[in-house]
Amino acid sequence: MTQLVIMVLLTLLAAVTVGVIYTRNLVGVVVLAGVYSFLMASVLIALDAVDVAMTEASVGAGVSTVVLIATVYLTKSTEYPRPRKALLPLAVAVGTGAAIVWGTYGLRPFGAPDAAIHTHVVPRYLADSVKDTLVPNVVTSVLADYRGYDTLGETTVIFTAGIGVMLLLRGRRRGRPGAGGAGGGA
Amino acid sequence: MRLDDILRIVIKLLLPFILLFALYVQFHGDFGPGGGFQAGVIAAGMVILYALVFGVRAAKRVVPQSMTAAMVPLGVLIYASAGLPALFMGRNYLDYGVLARDPAFGHEIGIFMIEAGVLVTVSGTMTVIFYAFADRGR
Repeated sequence: MTQLVIMVLLTLLAAVTVGVIYTRNLVGVVVLAGVYSFLMASVLIALDAVDVAMTEASVGAGVSTVVLIATVYLTKSTEYPRPRKALLPLAVAVGTGAAIVWGTYGLRPFGAPDAAIHTHVVPRYLADSVKDTLVPNVVTSVLADYRGYDTLGETTVIFTAGIGVMLLLRGRRRGRPGAGGAGGGA
Repeated sequence: MRLDDILRIVIKLLLPFILLFALYVQFHGDFGPGGGFQAGVIAAGMVILYALVFGVRAAKRVVPQSMTAAMVPLGVLIYASAGLPALFMGRNYLDYGVLARDPAFGHEIGIFMIEAGVLVTVSGTMTVIFYAFADRGR
């Protein structure tokens, strides 16, 4: 049953992707990208990854749709006509995809309990999470405690992104009223 | 008469529940799915929704731009300082066991603190990015 749901969702994902490729109006592309994110969030729920599904729905479909529509509003809303020769990009895309699919044949089946990722530290995390941290949700205890350094790095990445956007967009705006050119305010 | 009365009233009714859901995701993250990142994005999404319907100026009266700009580094500071007590006690950085007499409870406090830091940074950053784009449009 789960497999059927996932197959239907993935088929819809492929259809949305084709729609994104053939749509020239960028607002339409942004809306289709939001649809893509919601479908992806549904796939992740079917895979029992509710945390990731929540992130995908709120960031992918929510915040980034708004920011992308704001970007389209600031720029032109129609894509330039597509270049003539699409054969090389097509070959690169098909080749990369085929290499990735070929690579999956070397992996254990999805969710296999004896896969390498489930035999290293996972048994200790699952057994000791409540004893070590009083937190029954192992996802939280791994993210915030066992792998605390990684999450500190991720938070710093978000901080850097925020500072970067603030500097880029605010600096330019202050320089604009002075002269007609870009002005190079930074 | 404005034509968007229904939109405004429905959104106004929805906003507290979105904030409540963000707080639930934040504080229930120890037991169910969710945590600081998801809660931060949902809280920022509430501000963005408010700004889309009522205008960026009204949103900035509720959540000032200077506050969101201060939240971006503040969250990282909260996160990073949660690891300092362990450093002063001669343990590894981010070893929250020293935060309470019972090491397991100390770890719970540490997780609570760093989730709060992630919430502050993520919600601040998302709102800052939205404000930056909205300001360019005017």
